[in-house]
Amino acid sequence: MKDFARLFTKLDQTTRTSKKTAALTEFFRTAPEADRLWAVALFSGRRPKRAVTTTLLREWAAERAGIPLWLFEESYPIVGDLAETIALILPPAASREERDLAHWIGVVKGLAGMEPEARRVAVLEVWDQLDATERFLFNKLITGGFRIGISRKLMTRALAEATGVDEPAMALRLMGNWQPEDTTWDQLTAEEDATEDESRPYPFCLASPLEAEAASLGDPGDWLAEWKWDGIRGQLILRGGTHHLWSRGEELITDRFPEFARTPDFLPPGTVLDGEILAWKDGAPLPFAQLQPRIGRKTVPKKLLTEAPVRMLAYDLLEHEGADIRALPLSDRRARLETLLNGLPEDAAVMPSPLLAETDWPALAARRERAREHRSEGLMLKHRDSAYRDGRKRGDWWKWKLDPLSVDAVMIYAQQGHGRRANLFTDFTFAVKDGNGLVPFTKAYSGLTDAEFDEITRWVKRNTQQRFGPVRQVTPELVFEIAFEGIQESARHKSGIALRFPRMARWRRDKPVDEIDTLEGLKSLLGAYG
Amino acid sequence: MADPVLSFTERGIYCPAADIYIDPWRPVPRALITHAHSDHARPGHGSYLATPLTAAMIRHRLGVEVQELAFGTPLQIGGATVSFHPAGHVPGSAQVRVEVGGEVWLVSGDYKLEPDGLSEPFEPVSCHAFITECTFGLPVFRWQPQAEVATEINGWWRANREAGRASLLGAYSLGKAQRLISMLDPEIGPILTHGAVEGSNAVLRAAGAFACETIPVTPDFDRKAHPAPMVVAPPSAFGTSWARKFGPAQTGFASGWMRLRGVRRRRGVQRGFVISDHADWPALLRAIKETGAERVFPTHGYVDIFAQYLRIEGYEATPVPTEFGGDEDNSEQTGDAA
Ligand SMILES: [Zn+2]
Ligand SMILES: [Zn+2]
Repeated sequence: MKDFARLFTKLDQTTRTSKKTAALTEFFRTAPEADRLWAVALFSGRRPKRAVTTTLLREWAAERAGIPLWLFEESYPIVGDLAETIALILPPAASREERDLAHWIGVVKGLAGMEPEARRVAVLEVWDQLDATERFLFNKLITGGFRIGISRKLMTRALAEATGVDEPAMALRLMGNWQPEDTTWDQLTAEEDATEDESRPYPFCLASPLEAEAASLGDPGDWLAEWKWDGIRGQLILRGGTHHLWSRGEELITDRFPEFARTPDFLPPGTVLDGEILAWKDGAPLPFAQLQPRIGRKTVPKKLLTEAPVRMLAYDLLEHEGADIRALPLSDRRARLETLLNGLPEDAAVMPSPLLAETDWPALAARRERAREHRSEGLMLKHRDSAYRDGRKRGDWWKWKLDPLSVDAVMIYAQQGHGRRANLFTDFTFAVKDGNGLVPFTKAYSGLTDAEFDEITRWVKRNTQQRFGPVRQVTPELVFEIAFEGIQESARHKSGIALRFPRMARWRRDKPVDEIDTLEGLKSLLGAYG
Repeated sequence: MADPVLSFTERGIYCPAADIYIDPWRPVPRALITHAHSDHARPGHGSYLATPLTAAMIRHRLGVEVQELAFGTPLQIGGATVSFHPAGHVPGSAQVRVEVGGEVWLVSGDYKLEPDGLSEPFEPVSCHAFITECTFGLPVFRWQPQAEVATEINGWWRANREAGRASLLGAYSLGKAQRLISMLDPEIGPILTHGAVEGSNAVLRAAGAFACETIPVTPDFDRKAHPAPMVVAPPSAFGTSWARKFGPAQTGFASGWMRLRGVRRRRGVQRGFVISDHADWPALLRAIKETGAERVFPTHGYVDIFAQYLRIEGYEATPVPTEFGGDEDNSEQTGDAA
């Protein structure tokens, strides 16, 4: 497994996409065939099933390390990863055994059919033969949790580079139900597939954030305004009697949204739509959180389909009657889009994203202020005459997002982070004023720089008033601006409210505690945005 | 019952019999200092007492007067007898033995058991009560022998050199930097040092405690004269214009924290070398056992977890909170410590 461990270490040591691609390309050119295939399988989510419960693994590891289980459990959150904790806690390997990745995967699969005691002996034996990195990878395999930060896109690019097949074609070949056991490298990477061209998407046209005054865009009549939806941007392709759905990350996500399987019944072949996929019920969008369970999943459970069905709010037509119409002015494309989609029944799962009727900047600005009521993030402004371009070109398409809501609050509890932030205090609870007291209302983890977390960590150590297990109560002194996207009533929280996407927008070193916001103030936002 | 030999106060560890503090973090009239790292040797005390090498380092860092007491020499202060014993952490670093009326307490300061070739090797000292650091007091922390890490670092340097790149190696400027330099193979190429590292080098060289040859990076530094060098610097120097003097470069960082993948990723270094001037888990347990102490006070690190484990092992263990993170703690971001 040395080759694969080395690849993993290289991928892990860099955040630069170019270096990751280079490491993968090199591996795909030089590693043994079975290992290459398995690497592609693992990186595309085809991992062996979990062979051993994590409870057992923890027990075996603690036993082998000669430490009580509770000490293992205390170490785990600090390391932040179970496979890594086990790899580090075990004594050094007794004897090294070099076998390729395919061999170890065979071992993992063999575990499933074993008696419990034989399984224990087998796992301990493997641990005793591997170094820390290899053990870590082996543990990832037996826990069925092999997710190393390689996007499908990056792997596709590296495979394309290593084999000379172009990227969209490669992306399509990686789709489907192939398994490394019954596929060869050549079948996977070199065989022509007649459906390749049929599913090929167009590069997405991107908008730039509008920072200037909207009025600086000139005549509002030159612009089409729509809601900026908080969903998943997708391209729906109807060609040759079937359909394909691509995400903006150019990932084929057809299987995750079975709702669109019906679209070929309603729309002619040779149609390509660009739009936003939203969870949608009773004529209105559901919160983005309802879409989340679809991400990173290959099949969609029935329950999800009934609880949070999706539809596409289409805002552009890229291909019409089999012809690429991206060069036409937006107003023309929009007219054709409406002709195509208006009047489709509910279960077509596609409708045009409505245009906003306001015709002057102040009215549009007022409309934008109310975006949250429509679960929208603001407005999109697109020039009437704009072509649909590859990528981002400033000037034609603007996103005019709403500023996040925010309050100033004081930190009252702190807890250490894990993984990347194992030895820093990063998880904080915040309070606002309530009469003469303070009332906790939200937690937040992100939004500060590492240097700030570092400084706060040292402050927390000096200002701890009381400890409750891993949580420290600190002197209420540090004030932060907490930004959030929405606010709801909540019976579960002492404050009676819950925030959506809270994060630390800023450390307000300039602000004394007695100037923080009040619970009453927060509740008035509830009236406006709840 | 008489006063304990040492007590834990807001200013740090205090000995009532001698009216003296050990590594205090707030200004006090009289301070005993275990070693010159900034979380142990603070400015502003009335008087300082330390081993000769630590004294030289403190003078260099803080510009204050420091009295010297050699290793193993007992000194009567009030009703207490104090002495310094090698801690093996960095050159000159000491454990402090305090004896009052036949009762012996030991303050470890920072320590490691593995001899590093520069620091006076750790000396086990018997005591009744042991105040021990436990920066890496979790079973996931286990170090490789120094020679193995040396092979890794030299291999990295050699590969960078072949690719025409400089090797920027980040390390605490006192102790860790000299240890790393002494591990480097000077046959591979030139070893350059940042001013902060070179300052410590000079003090240790003057005391005969360090003999490796290094080339200080001066403002008129000529890159072409030293192609693809090894550069030893505090990590705060990375990402600054100073670090760009050396052309294309790889960064590496040497610390016990590099054992954790999460920390390696946070630091964003290209290479992490797991090497620490603190005791790892097995070494902490061995050191504690060898003192013969019944009472143990873990400080610096995962003190609660460590104390809980010691209690199961039969010690009377009480965690001691500290005001500062350790020198190898997360204060790395501020630059003067790592
Ligand atoms: Zn130290
Ligand atoms: Zn320290």
